[in-house]
Amino acid sequence: MTETEAEDPAADAQQIAGKTQGPGGKSRATRGGGNVLVTLLAFVVAMVIGGILIAISDSQTQAATKYFFSWPFDTFSYGAQAAWHGYEALFQGAVFNPRIAANHTLAGYLGPISETLVNATPLILGGLSVGVAFRAGLFNIGGQGQIIAGAVIAGYIGFSWHLPVVLHVVVAVAGGALGGALWGGLAGWLKARTGAHEVITTIMLNYVAAAFLAYLLSVKGFQAPPYGQAISNPIDDNARLPALLGGTLRVHAGLFLALAGAVLIWWLLERSTLGFRLKAVGANQFASRTAGMNVERSFVVVMLIAGALSGLAGACQSLGTNVQITQDIDAGIGFDAITVALLGRAKPWGTVLAGLLFGALHAGGTQLQSATGTPIDLVQVIQSLIVLFIAAPAVIRAIFRLRTSGSGVGQELAKGWNG
Amino acid sequence: MSAVTSQVIQERKAVEAPMSWGRRIGIGAFLVLLGVVSLWFLGLRLEGGSRAHLQLGPRSGSAHVPDLVLPGVATGMAIGVVLLGLAAWALVRGFRVSQLGWVLGGSLTLFLIAFLSWVSAHGKGIEVDLIGLLKNSIGLAVPLMLGALSGVLCERSGVINIAIEGQLLAGAFGGALLGSVLGSWVGLVGAAVAGAFIGAILAVFAIKYVVNQIVLGVVLNVFALGLTGFFYDAFMQQNADKLNAPEVFGPINIPVLSGIPVLGPLLFQANIVVYLTYVLIVVIDVALFRTRWGLRTRAVGEHPKAADTVGIKVLAMRYRNVIMGGAVAGLGGAYFTLGSVGAFGKNISSGNGFIALAALIFGRWSPRGAVAAALLFGFASALQTLLSITVPGIPSNFLAMLPYVATILAVAGLVGKVRAPAADGEPYVKS
Repeated sequence: MTETEAEDPAADAQQIAGKTQGPGGKSRATRGGGNVLVTLLAFVVAMVIGGILIAISDSQTQAATKYFFSWPFDTFSYGAQAAWHGYEALFQGAVFNPRIAANHTLAGYLGPISETLVNATPLILGGLSVGVAFRAGLFNIGGQGQIIAGAVIAGYIGFSWHLPVVLHVVVAVAGGALGGALWGGLAGWLKARTGAHEVITTIMLNYVAAAFLAYLLSVKGFQAPPYGQAISNPIDDNARLPALLGGTLRVHAGLFLALAGAVLIWWLLERSTLGFRLKAVGANQFASRTAGMNVERSFVVVMLIAGALSGLAGACQSLGTNVQITQDIDAGIGFDAITVALLGRAKPWGTVLAGLLFGALHAGGTQLQSATGTPIDLVQVIQSLIVLFIAAPAVIRAIFRLRTSGSGVGQELAKGWNG
Repeated sequence: MSAVTSQVIQERKAVEAPMSWGRRIGIGAFLVLLGVVSLWFLGLRLEGGSRAHLQLGPRSGSAHVPDLVLPGVATGMAIGVVLLGLAAWALVRGFRVSQLGWVLGGSLTLFLIAFLSWVSAHGKGIEVDLIGLLKNSIGLAVPLMLGALSGVLCERSGVINIAIEGQLLAGAFGGALLGSVLGSWVGLVGAAVAGAFIGAILAVFAIKYVVNQIVLGVVLNVFALGLTGFFYDAFMQQNADKLNAPEVFGPINIPVLSGIPVLGPLLFQANIVVYLTYVLIVVIDVALFRTRWGLRTRAVGEHPKAADTVGIKVLAMRYRNVIMGGAVAGLGGAYFTLGSVGAFGKNISSGNGFIALAALIFGRWSPRGAVAAALLFGFASALQTLLSITVPGIPSNFLAMLPYVATILAVAGLVGKVRAPAADGEPYVKS
């Protein structure tokens, strides 16, 4: 697997993390067949299916189906209208809304973009976390627990220590990264020490973290007075990640953390010896061991890094997006991050783009629900379909009768549990 | 020939390695800890003369059993002494690796008896319903067992199934919808079909389009969560009385068997989903290791090329098993809506599919192991519920961690490194 292959978007969609090194060379067959086109078409197909779902949940369309066989035109036109309005709302929630922009304020122009970036920030960090673990051959399903650990420690430092400006937020963010790193590192250490499978331990640690958070939210000193609700003390002003645009716009400095994280991970994976070792272990741990690498130490190190990234996502949640910790502080990011990493092919820049896209879908989904009453769950359906079709370019080629070149299509061979 | 074979067997006996010192000391220390806690905290620290009431079944009816009444102090002490004896043996002589499972399992069971007796004796008059506890364990374990069996079917034939969560969810949804409209029995079929639908997507994309199966499983979970949530909000919720009110299966008493003391109420007074689970466990276990289908399934999962060479249709085998696995997990999902709760709710499977996945790996991809792991998890959950009611003082959130911490300890301490079927996750493409 060479550097050139890394630029091949659709063909190596399945190659989470160089897991397909070796036999993956066959994927050359799909090269040059307009992979950008396939990616775009995958997006289109997912949106069309989403549109059909919007249409069938629309009450006017449902009413029209009652006389479908006598006048089918109504069903289709109402359905198309519903889908159009739905996607219009999605766009307005995520990118630009002419109606609120009409009052000519900064918030009016940039409000939707700000929401997109707020949603994207933890998704990018979480996606990097899952992605870097993929590259080393580990499947980190523990984003949720690591985000909670990061959010709790960052939040605790944020409301109980009282430090000067700048210093406070830096310490709190570092604490969040440390918390996540320890939680993730625990799974890595268990794997290195006892061979316990990381899929099991990270899943279990998610639940442990969630239960521990529930406990903290019922303890004085953590819980906010008057102790009636499961919500933490509010974060000190000094410890909050500063808003970037001010006013009511929520986008905060966590965005820079996410971008810095992406740069750092790019440097780690593409330019550092440690990164090379991690990728080698991910590609073939047996060969790496034979070559004299310490595979066990790589497991611990990569889980520390992955945990720290998820912990940063948690810090963004508790210090930036929300300023109090609640039970759902992780907001499902730990699992959404897996799809972000997959769409981004576990590469830092791909992850940033995927995080922005899914952030936009989330921001738009909120607007979609409030404007048209379409359930926000639609976003998850679209999200999963995009990843599914990009991972299976052959399906898209078959739908649009694109020419398939060479022998096998998408013959990337993947590895299983045994590494 | 036979002489050679017996010689080989004897050699194997001789070769079985003694346990390493580190592990021996670790196990000994663990048993010492259990023994001391049992002897001191659960025995000697109790008020003298307090008695433990352990309920072993219904108090009336054909299968009634008198309560087990134990002297509190003596029980804790006796079990503590036995555990310390085992610890001494482990440290001085050491157990063989093959005995370890039994020793640790037995010790933990004894410790649990001492603990439950302490709960009852300490609480003065609290009766611990042992059968209720075990019955709850089975109930909580049903979706996990079926989910894990789905994993066994898929992964033994070489397709990784992370989509168990999605299959459970689809099954729960399909069961609730069809169960409400056409009756619970149709609902059960609907649940299997809905699970098989997710299984079929998994099969087509994994086998035909050779998509990475881990990606696929994760995506299908999100897909099932999104789609069921979407339909729930868009349709079900508004017409809940018509579309989301399936009748829950009532318990069926199996003649004769349900009258057996202790075992009857525990195993044979359950609902149809539970009985189906028993049947599926036995059928899959026997079929996998005793039939031609099972041999072929395992061959396809371990070495598809060799299987192909002898004329086994690798891809057809995989399609069939993955879709069947989906149906089995779909039935597990039906337990939520048709077997216990009686209505679908968003994300009703709440991570059970992932725990089933863990049980599958924990059980080393074997039906029995997976079922045992699922039951262990169910027991830890049921115990947690019991303790949160009977023992005030421990924060309930710490108790809620119990099943998960227990799983981590079991996986890290006992199971260690596991080996999946050799071709698990590797698409087979004829070249």
